[in-house]
Amino acid sequence: MSRSTIDIVNRNLAKRYAKEKRFRLFGLASILAGLTALCFLLVTIVSNGWGAFTQSYVQLTLDLDPETLLITNPLDDDQWSYANYTGVIKQSLRERFPDIKSRKDKKRLYQIISPGAGYQLNLLMQDRSLLGQTVTIWLPADDDVDSVIKGHIDRHRPENERRVSDKTLSLIDELVNSGELQRKFNNVFFTAGDSSEPEQAGIKGAMLGSFFTLIVALLLSFPIGIAAAIYLEEFAPKNKWTDFIEVNINNLAAVPSIVFGLLGLAVFLNWFGLPRSVPLVGGIVLTLMTLPTIIISSRVALKSVPPSIREAALGLGASKMQTIFDHVLPLALPGMLTGGIIGMAQALGETAPLLMIGMVAFIVDIPGSFTDPATVLPVQIFLWSDSPERAFVERTSGAIMVLLMFLILMNSIAVLLRKRFERRW
Amino acid sequence: MPFNTLFTIFVVVIAFCFFAGQRRALKLKSDGSSLHSLPFYHGTWLIIVGVLPALIILLVWSLVESGIVRAVILSELPTSLMLVSEAEKSLLYSEIANLAYGQTVSPNAEQLAPLADRYNLLVSLSGKLKLGLALIVSVIGFGIGWLRLKPDFRARNSFESTVRIILMSCASLAVLTTVGIVFSVLFEAMRFFDTVSILEFIFGTHWSPQIAIREGQVGSSGAFGAVPLFVGTMLISAVAMIVAVPIGLMSAIYLSEYASPKFRAFAKPLLEVLAGVPTVVYGFFAAITVAPMLRDFGEALGLSVSSESALAAGLVMGVMIIPFVSSLSDDVINAVPQSLRDGSFGLGATQSETIRRVIIPAALPGIVGAILLAVSRAIGETMIVVMAAGLSANLTINPLETVTTVTVQIVTLLVGDQEFDSPKTLAAFALGLMLFVTTLCLNVVALYVVRRYREQYD
Repeated sequence: MSRSTIDIVNRNLAKRYAKEKRFRLFGLASILAGLTALCFLLVTIVSNGWGAFTQSYVQLTLDLDPETLLITNPLDDDQWSYANYTGVIKQSLRERFPDIKSRKDKKRLYQIISPGAGYQLNLLMQDRSLLGQTVTIWLPADDDVDSVIKGHIDRHRPENERRVSDKTLSLIDELVNSGELQRKFNNVFFTAGDSSEPEQAGIKGAMLGSFFTLIVALLLSFPIGIAAAIYLEEFAPKNKWTDFIEVNINNLAAVPSIVFGLLGLAVFLNWFGLPRSVPLVGGIVLTLMTLPTIIISSRVALKSVPPSIREAALGLGASKMQTIFDHVLPLALPGMLTGGIIGMAQALGETAPLLMIGMVAFIVDIPGSFTDPATVLPVQIFLWSDSPERAFVERTSGAIMVLLMFLILMNSIAVLLRKRFERRW
Repeated sequence: MPFNTLFTIFVVVIAFCFFAGQRRALKLKSDGSSLHSLPFYHGTWLIIVGVLPALIILLVWSLVESGIVRAVILSELPTSLMLVSEAEKSLLYSEIANLAYGQTVSPNAEQLAPLADRYNLLVSLSGKLKLGLALIVSVIGFGIGWLRLKPDFRARNSFESTVRIILMSCASLAVLTTVGIVFSVLFEAMRFFDTVSILEFIFGTHWSPQIAIREGQVGSSGAFGAVPLFVGTMLISAVAMIVAVPIGLMSAIYLSEYASPKFRAFAKPLLEVLAGVPTVVYGFFAAITVAPMLRDFGEALGLSVSSESALAAGLVMGVMIIPFVSSLSDDVINAVPQSLRDGSFGLGATQSETIRRVIIPAALPGIVGAILLAVSRAIGETMIVVMAAGLSANLTINPLETVTTVTVQIVTLLVGDQEFDSPKTLAAFALGLMLFVTTLCLNVVALYVVRRYREQYD
């Protein structure tokens, strides 16, 4: 009898082991699939976005002649702001390429330089002693030129199928060979606001908008979240109301973020009449969104403080409030901070609710306060991703890299904090 | 009054209250009487009575102020402008506000100029009244508080009960948020259902909100049938689930049952990075990389794949949800008692047999809960679909075609210039209501199932 049982087992054993092996491999393959997707995502973003940190610049010798600039009276500020800066740049280009005569070719020549270069010259000319002098400066090239330099435009395709004409290509080659067209670090990307010209567009405005929004969210959500956690963990009596609060918090943690945007639109904008597109409202909406996360993690931190601490304080005559604020809270604070930082990282990457409260406007100015119209980094990414130009794809990826850097930074701080203050009782 | 000045005054008043209370208590003590509470609490007590009521008044007033000014101004509109619609009124109102701020470019500048002056007057009057009232309340509160500072005054108890109330109101904010969500979405949705019947909205199969606006008509019939949106949402979520559930579940099984601690410590955080990537990044990835890849791949096979196919959005959304499924299932699988495993091994089962026949059935309720939560995640996900899925409402279940979803429509209806009262924008709130109710139901069921499951093994 026992022999036949072991026979049956042995007969199937090879098959069962094979099955076991397959199952195990399938598990490993799943993890690898997830990790591959992650790698693929990161590699695509980095390879697309790397170029955003450099930009082609053209060296030009500009003759800042008052006559070309149309400045007749150097004391008149209006004349300075409406001076013909583009004219100076065009003149300099004409002098650099004296052979170019036809109108069409001249137009192409002018298009080598970014249309926003005049504005840059305007900024440079804040130093008014430059008037009448000759300066040699680097001005940003147009995004098409930049794409050629970075190899995004295929030169071998027929002329009518690419964005850049043969003539422009020959101009570019000449400038490159003489060293007057070079790739340099793209500091415009970090110092400018949004622009419709890729070579003039930067993320500084969006970064500051994110900063202001997060400050509001942090100042509101962290104290409120900790207070709520303390109440629920230490004081709340076991009754219907407490249960109701807990159910609400758990549900809010899983409500789609866009619904918080609808709340912000209906309540803060339409009912309270707060202004659109401002970091203040964005911060409040993100506060409501991240509160459940912060409350839940703060409660875990409070729970991890052993009862002996409370008992010792109470035994020495401290009141309940004194026990919690003087003894339990300091011990739980690192854990709460970790949760808070993770909540803020979540808020930093959030887009959808901010679209609802109008933080999607095209805003060139760099915000300076909590009530200036602003956009945030993820929304800037969303806005740029709509633009068809290759240069914007590059900048979108570049902005994503910056955003991911901040997220990595915040999460590493959270991990470090946890490691540093982790305590086993 | 500029914010910085207000803030400075605020800090100074707080400091004054505190030190006044503390000094008073120290004085009482040095006079030889024994205090009930530490002097610190006398200081905090004065802050509570001197600052808190005034602060509440300032906040509440600031919140209702703009609404009242608006109502007053709009009630005083010249009769020639009185009969305009609600939307035009709000346009006029912002024109008046702009005029009041000194902007002069306005078609109705002359007509509205007196109202702009009136606006400025009202705003400054309201600001003065607000500050004055806050000041009076603050002084009265301080006075009452001061008179109560006696040696036997229980300052600590008063302070502690106030703090307790503050703590409780912070906790109740969660309830307030839910109430706010329900009411804001419900009210606007009700107004929408006044113009479009609810049955038409839920069962109609034709969605084109743009038509309604072009004809200037209130909901031209048939334009607000949301079935294509529901189907589109379901389709994309289904694709996402087909990706996320097997991969997430198998990852969790491998990590909790097979992986060495070293591998686990390395792979688990890496998988969770996927959950930390912002959704807008996934959306960009789907639109720029995955969708063209699928289209080219489809072309090679002779299939026509739309460049905004449901497949691309669904695949990427699935990748996003993998860590969600895997970490939830991981918890659930770890909660299965070791004795069940030992019993199965003792009977001669292989590890995979144990997992399939014992652990998964035992963990099933928890896994189902995790999947329900993941589905609710997928339904509410916005940025990926906004960037990678289409806008046209096709009623199809072919994942290679373009579909649109509830969240995409909410975003497109509400982003950009809009009047708040057109059925177009109200429709977004009706969709939001649907979204909220659906995800709420899923969450409640999932949390219930998970909790029941946990109790089973605790």
